[in-house]
Amino acid sequence: MKTNLLLSAALALALAMPAGAQTTEINGETLAEEQVFIYRILDDIKSFDPQINTDVSGSEIMRDLFEGLMNDAPDGSQVPGAATEYTLSDDKTVYTFTLRDAQWSNGEPVTAGDFVYAWRRLADPAFASEYSWYMELMGVQNAAAVIAGDMPTDQLGVRAVDDKTFEVTLDKPLPYFPSMLTHASTFPVPEAVVEELGSDWTKPGNLVGNGAYVLTEYSPGERVVRERNPLYWDDENTIIERTVTLVINDENQALTRYLAGELHKTEVPAGQYPRLSRELPDEAYSFPRSCSYIYWFNQNENGPEALKDLRVRQALSYAINRQVIVENVLQGGQSESYNFTHHATAGFEMPEIDYANWTQAERDARAQELLAEAGYGPDNPLSVTINYNTDEAHERIAIAISQFWKQTLGVETQLANVEWKVHLENLQNGEYEIARYAWCGDYNEASTYLDLMTSYSDHNVSGWSDTEYDGLMAESKTMENPSANYTAAEKILAANMPFAPIYQYTGVYMMKPELRGWPVENLLQNWYSRDLYMVASE
Amino acid sequence: MRIEHEKLDGLADRMVEAEVKGRSPWADARKRFAHNKAAMAGLIVLILVGCFAAFGNLIAQYPNDFTDFTIMGRAAELGQPSFANGHYFGTDDSGRDLFARVVQGTQISLMVGVVGAAIAVIVGTLYGATAGYVGGRVDNIMMRIVDILMAIPYMFVLILLLVIFGRSIGMLFVGIGLLSWLDMSRIVRGQTLSLKNKEFIEAAQATGVSSFRIILRHIVPNLLGVVAVYATLLVPLMILTESFISFLGLGVQNPNTSWGKLIAEGASTMQYGTLWQLAFPLFFFVITLFAFFFVGDGLRDALDPKDR
Amino acid sequence: MLNYIIKRLAIAVPTLLVLIIISFLLMHAAPGGPFTSERAVPPEVLANLEAKYGLNEPLYKQIATYVYNVVFHFDFGPSFVYKDRTVNEIIAQGFPITLKYGAIAFVLAVLIGVTLGVFAAIYHNSWLDYLAVGVSIGAQVLPNFVMAPILVLIFTLWLGWLPGGGWQGGQWQFLVMPVIALATSYMASIARITRSSMLEVLNSNHIRTATAKGLPTHTVILRHALKPAMLPVISYLGPTFVSMITGSVVIDMYFSTGGIGLWFVNSALNRDYSVMMGITILIGVLTISFNLLVDLLYAWIDPRIRY
Repeated sequence: MKTNLLLSAALALALAMPAGAQTTEINGETLAEEQVFIYRILDDIKSFDPQINTDVSGSEIMRDLFEGLMNDAPDGSQVPGAATEYTLSDDKTVYTFTLRDAQWSNGEPVTAGDFVYAWRRLADPAFASEYSWYMELMGVQNAAAVIAGDMPTDQLGVRAVDDKTFEVTLDKPLPYFPSMLTHASTFPVPEAVVEELGSDWTKPGNLVGNGAYVLTEYSPGERVVRERNPLYWDDENTIIERTVTLVINDENQALTRYLAGELHKTEVPAGQYPRLSRELPDEAYSFPRSCSYIYWFNQNENGPEALKDLRVRQALSYAINRQVIVENVLQGGQSESYNFTHHATAGFEMPEIDYANWTQAERDARAQELLAEAGYGPDNPLSVTINYNTDEAHERIAIAISQFWKQTLGVETQLANVEWKVHLENLQNGEYEIARYAWCGDYNEASTYLDLMTSYSDHNVSGWSDTEYDGLMAESKTMENPSANYTAAEKILAANMPFAPIYQYTGVYMMKPELRGWPVENLLQNWYSRDLYMVASE
Repeated sequence: MRIEHEKLDGLADRMVEAEVKGRSPWADARKRFAHNKAAMAGLIVLILVGCFAAFGNLIAQYPNDFTDFTIMGRAAELGQPSFANGHYFGTDDSGRDLFARVVQGTQISLMVGVVGAAIAVIVGTLYGATAGYVGGRVDNIMMRIVDILMAIPYMFVLILLLVIFGRSIGMLFVGIGLLSWLDMSRIVRGQTLSLKNKEFIEAAQATGVSSFRIILRHIVPNLLGVVAVYATLLVPLMILTESFISFLGLGVQNPNTSWGKLIAEGASTMQYGTLWQLAFPLFFFVITLFAFFFVGDGLRDALDPKDR
Repeated sequence: MLNYIIKRLAIAVPTLLVLIIISFLLMHAAPGGPFTSERAVPPEVLANLEAKYGLNEPLYKQIATYVYNVVFHFDFGPSFVYKDRTVNEIIAQGFPITLKYGAIAFVLAVLIGVTLGVFAAIYHNSWLDYLAVGVSIGAQVLPNFVMAPILVLIFTLWLGWLPGGGWQGGQWQFLVMPVIALATSYMASIARITRSSMLEVLNSNHIRTATAKGLPTHTVILRHALKPAMLPVISYLGPTFVSMITGSVVIDMYFSTGGIGLWFVNSALNRDYSVMMGITILIGVLTISFNLLVDLLYAWIDPRIRY
């Protein structure tokens, strides 16, 4: 991996940046004449409004057009963004942010009022943001009641003390609150512009942001162009002049266009990484990314009887040869997974999980025993359905897993794919048997994963719950160092197997050798165009 | 995609004339068809493809869902077509035997084509014959309904149907079949109108045979020529439609497959050195469609020698 | 004639209504909704969203409101998924793109297809004929989802002549591959139809007479044979134009043109009810007008047809 090269370049950029616009050399490398960055996304942008956007690819653009209280540094830690500093009250529930002297792209000053407006907007039931739950997740005072419409929006725990002081009150202490502030739905919006133009305010030309770039062109289904914002407070350290997002549905097509030199960055299709890293060693990258791929076992009342038996769940999980999935199907440096939380998550200590250390032969033997104990065998064969959403990579994993089960355990498996929306609805209604799912961290802390399995989580669709687990997670919220609780929680999951962990993600990208500054160390892959630059190719 | 049905106009009429003159139109047609080289070649290809679908599994060395984990993910290096390891057509990226999968895809695609065409033909014939025979206001209303349905973008409706009722072969049959009977009904109606005034129909009416029986016993049999030609030309269109649906990911469920699905999978990875994954299914797809077109054209020329 | 047109237009109204109702019901019967999302939306927010888009009303009322807005305000509503935009905007933006490459592909398919068909018929049973038939059936059965990536591999990756996708206002270099990929199979069917129809005309008595009178071949073909031979081709054109727009899904998907085809498929998959309805109605209107246009053209070429 070329992690070191990219990282050192990024650090050099962050630490020792000489006067911006005149810069022609960084870290001994000559900058390219043309500072344009072009990358691919899968689907069109759904919205340019930070409080409406729900997509990862939309958030990438939001981070260029707007700036929240905190930013992610290339290493994934938080650094001041629109706020220069904050103080925390003694009971750890009141955060007071001091805003920097910054301007919107129309020259108006960015004020605390803009933040108050944006945060209330996110929670406002009349506005009906699909991400309003994020306000609840941050634990902002009265968020739940405001979203439900039981309280007016001005009761939300946010306040503009003066133009440059923004105060947030939480229901209870939340140690990782600052790390949640890099999320796009917390970004400010210019109240005056939004109120004047209504839903037209996000059109190119109308859109006013406080980020390093302004939106200059949007052709739906084709491309999004943003250009550097001369009014941004740190404009002199921005190098990329223009960032172009191309919408390319087909990943193989995107790769072809990358190889033809039309793109600087694209995803590597499943299974192509080994070949590409052999043929283009300077361009193929793989680094950890905060997502975890699992197979839910439906233990709800309407789920199949067999899956309510722990032995069956364990047998099915043990019989999955994760090494084959990672090395033969995905082939992109992903890691085999025997727990839920991504192993590279900040402050997370990997738990000791017994079956992770067995050989596959041992797992298979144990799986056969367990299934036989549970009463399934040649005369009473187990039959299950794998539900997944339509996608080539998911299909190939499902094919492999169905064959592990068939060849090792004699389990008959049907494959059923539906489109994403239906898959989600089936999951939420408990209408599945064994379903593919992936959870990606919203912030870089283990609770973004482990909270999911509490009995009160909306996303725990397995029907499994455990009071001890709930207790551990509740307790962790106020602990100085919750990592012991997280380890214990993971052990409960491993022992109860409410889902089978499959693998943990890596970002597998092709990036042109001229591109510098990509935050390979950032587990959430929160990148900013202003951290990137292009060097001249030899 | 549409069939040039103008060429079928009056076909039934002329066949009846021939019959009245004491010649069997089918016997003549058989002779003419046998002399049409392209059509005969097409017929032979169809028979061979049919045998491949029916008996291919006896030759296949692996079941169509068996995954060879030693090849999985290494198809470009290890999965080439080879007689030594029994993968005659190579394997797909999951290490499954492509020969077995092509056999199975052929079964599904042919079935979709034939069943879809059959549904279209049965519904279309009955509907068109009824409209044409009964005539008057009924005919008017029935044909207006066809007009209305004709204006519906049927590919869109098909996509909706598959989205709503889930992907299944059954839905595919019904969806494709039910949406393509409209043309058939128009042609049949036209031909029925001209048959209606023939003496043998009038004779039947005079002896008090019920309308329903007349349609089934006297009208429909005389439409067989038209129907046969139309159906043969419809099958390839059904197969093409299915391939498009499969490309959109709305086709049959794994481990089942179809030509369209195999081709779409092969096409997406063709630049990665696994060209055989595209070549084999595409070969069967193309020769079969060619064959159907030739047989259909040949059948029409044989039944209706006026053109020659 | 005028009567006929009025009658046809009168049918168009119930047709569109049926289309609207069928699509509306089908869409709403589908599992999943526009607001089904990965981070499950809390029930109170979902209720707010549904209220905002009128989804909490009874279905008949929703249909009535929808039809009312479409008919009286020409307003197809906001997109449920692309929340910054209205359906009117989406169609106004995407349809001209599809129309542009679609129309060029259409004209090209007709010109080349007819020429190929005519030559194949004139040189009936020669190697030229066989070649034309072979090529045209081949082109007809080669799915465009196979052709599109092949084109990109050749022209973008290997030769480096053309950009692999995008639109950029429809400059020619962005048009070439979409047009080829879309036109080929239609060109092939048009060639086949022209050929067989031309053969029939050439064998007919009045052409035989003309030839017997010693008129030069090209005069016979251009003056006497072409026009009647075109009739079946023309009746094929109406549905072709419309199915080209449906077929543009593949083009939009592979070449990122931003056209309307992909919007339809995506809106059906995303349950973006309003966009899907808007595009369905658009295609319905196009189908009806093209069928009418073709009928009129038919009557103009063949004065024997009376309505």
